[in-house]
Amino acid sequence: MRIMTIPGIFLLAAAGLVLFIKAFPVLKDNGLWKLLSSGSWKPSAGEFGFLPFIVSTLWVSAIAILIALPLSILSSIYLSSYASETIRRIFRPVIDLLSGIPPVIYGVWGTLTIVPFIAGNIAPALGSGSSGYSILAGGIVLAVMIIPLLTGLLAEIFRSIPSGMTEASLSLGATRWQTVKRVMLRRAFPGIAAVTVMALSRALGETMAVLMVCGNRIGIPKSAIDAGYPLPALIANNYGEMLSVPGYESALMFAALVLFAIVFFFSGISRIILNRLEKRFQY
Amino acid sequence: MTTTNHSLKIEHLSVSIADQRILKDINLTIPGRKITCIIGPSGCGKSTFLKSLNRMHDENPDARVSGRILLNNNDIYDRDMDVTGIRKTMGLLAQHPCPLPMSVFDNVAYGPRIHGTARKKDIAGVVEHHLKLAGLWDEVMNKLHTPASKLSLGQQQRLCLARGLATGPEYILGDEATSSLDPISTKKIEELFIRLKEEYTIILVTHILRQARRLADYVVFMYLGEIIEAGPADSFFTDPQRQLTKDYIAGSFS
Amino acid sequence: MEAASALIFGLLLFILAIIVWKGMPALSWDMITEIPGSGFYLGREGGILNAIAGSLYLILCSLALSIIISVPLVMYINFHISGKSGIAWIVRFSFDILLGIPSIVYGAFGFALMIFLGMRASLGGGIITVAMLITPIMMRSFDEVARILPRELPDTLLSLGSTRYEMSKVIMKQIFPGFITAVLLSAGRGIGDAATVLFTAGYTDNLPGSLSQPAATLPLAVFFQLGSPVQEVQDRAYASALILTVLILLLSLAARYFSSRISKNRL
Repeated sequence: MRIMTIPGIFLLAAAGLVLFIKAFPVLKDNGLWKLLSSGSWKPSAGEFGFLPFIVSTLWVSAIAILIALPLSILSSIYLSSYASETIRRIFRPVIDLLSGIPPVIYGVWGTLTIVPFIAGNIAPALGSGSSGYSILAGGIVLAVMIIPLLTGLLAEIFRSIPSGMTEASLSLGATRWQTVKRVMLRRAFPGIAAVTVMALSRALGETMAVLMVCGNRIGIPKSAIDAGYPLPALIANNYGEMLSVPGYESALMFAALVLFAIVFFFSGISRIILNRLEKRFQY
Repeated sequence: MTTTNHSLKIEHLSVSIADQRILKDINLTIPGRKITCIIGPSGCGKSTFLKSLNRMHDENPDARVSGRILLNNNDIYDRDMDVTGIRKTMGLLAQHPCPLPMSVFDNVAYGPRIHGTARKKDIAGVVEHHLKLAGLWDEVMNKLHTPASKLSLGQQQRLCLARGLATGPEYILGDEATSSLDPISTKKIEELFIRLKEEYTIILVTHILRQARRLADYVVFMYLGEIIEAGPADSFFTDPQRQLTKDYIAGSFS
Repeated sequence: MEAASALIFGLLLFILAIIVWKGMPALSWDMITEIPGSGFYLGREGGILNAIAGSLYLILCSLALSIIISVPLVMYINFHISGKSGIAWIVRFSFDILLGIPSIVYGAFGFALMIFLGMRASLGGGIITVAMLITPIMMRSFDEVARILPRELPDTLLSLGSTRYEMSKVIMKQIFPGFITAVLLSAGRGIGDAATVLFTAGYTDNLPGSLSQPAATLPLAVFFQLGSPVQEVQDRAYASALILTVLILLLSLAARYFSSRISKNRL
């Protein structure tokens, strides 16, 4: 039976190793720093500068978190400490359903609603043209995708705050809102941080939905309504097709390795924080 | 604060939680600047009674309160009454010490800050004063900025008392306030109560008879949600009127 | 706060409404009973039975594979060794990280592995890759259920003279609804994911024939048809999206049903 513990650890190590071996040629030819910092993407000339893709990824993820986090914090506080049992009972399946919807459906929804809205309303309002397929569209769709994840986990964290603590604050004459702001948010801070990091790593790696609304034009985006080309979309669009170009496959594997490393690091950290919280507050 | 007359009268107070009647028609006058101990077996409604004094039942959607609680002749359940103001007046000391997730200093400063009762530069003085009042200053003066959860349980409870006092209450409500503490910490808290009754009206819920004997000026005995007997401590303990009270004092049930 | 919650609630309705509104007109019986006919991608007759069947084959086989890995593992770390031991921590930790790895990375990894093994894009390759994606989900959600069983239960059973195998059977019965929930959750995630199967399962207009042949999948059917310039084909993409959404909602509702039974059934 002990042998059953192997697949998990093994898969993790194998994935890291295979990606590294595959990415090694391009790493050897270009060096890590050049790959990450160069903006020149000319596969046929053997130049693989990932900066445009990295910048796009960061933009999209940052927008997603900026939109999703405040909304999720507010609604999870509402759900965990204000809402009546009936509302809670209605809401939990909604969160579950939302988090079950596949990325490709979010992508379809995004192309039908967010993209035209940006092209028709936001871009003209900013005085510039845009096809709508943009960093902003990616960020919004991604935000909608991670909201259920964030809200579910955050509500869990707020619910774990001992009721004595909020009662202590209330009995000192603090209002509900003061209690939320000064006590609950403060107490939940490590948890919020961990969950945010977790959502961020989900956002960084999300592929299909972002691929469908981001425009996928190579180049460092200048504004949020510019098209962008996040790393996962790069892999999805080109893998299996461009393998005749020397070094291309290796470069895409490098992109996957970067995602792998970031996620490994991020979810490792957030897990450790959450485990620690779980231990500390279990009594 | 010493100018107010500390008049607290409870009239026909009934509380039910989730359709279960916990308190039945409570009538009581709490003497000012004295220690009133509410005793009775567990489940008799002592804590529920205490909670209705600072309207903590508002936070429980299943709780229904009827009757009047007259604080200086104003019903605290009146619709115009400001609930945060009532809670400010009625400082609650909970059963388990519950420091807020912040430093020792910030815990004590919490009340004055949210109510804006002290100016920024005065806060340090207010904190020091109330920590001294709670007899904690000497122990924590060098660790004011460590998290409050790092203190010992007994220190935490005195911190909660200091925190409550800093909010500027006239009443101190203690809900089994020493039951999770060791004997030495308990003694310290009890001595504090005796000192504090010069200025504050103190209402303590306890199921420890000896504690009531040590502290009480006035005793209320509750059983199954009703007041069985209430009176000055001397006559209550030496000459109880009702059989149930006699049995309880004699320890035949608890 | 109410506004934020209402917004989230509204989002779900909005997304569903859009998918239904756009998907309904193109939805027909043919869509789910026919494979693509000639000229399907120019807007002529046919359906996406190839993708529906492909997705079902794929998810069923991946689930089987994933169950074979996760069930013994969860049993092992919860009931054979103490659930709080170092090994259990390491296992949970590595699966938590696997849980966070983006599906595109699994896709790339799976494809690299397939090249290494000399495989082409095929149903078999897709099954293995999707199994990698959903095993962490199944393992961790099943583990959460197994963890809350009374710790004394295994000892009680053992002291009654059960073998470890019999003990596992009794325990399995206790946590069965939780197990089903975990399976349904992973099924939903696996069936909806496009990035893993993009390179590994390929795409075909035929029903999947064998493990070594490519297989079409629903999310890719949505994705590819949406990229078409032909209006009818785009409309079918929306209809395909609706089919996929309905499938996912059914799985999700079933998962809720079973997870609500966990509490009833529990010791």
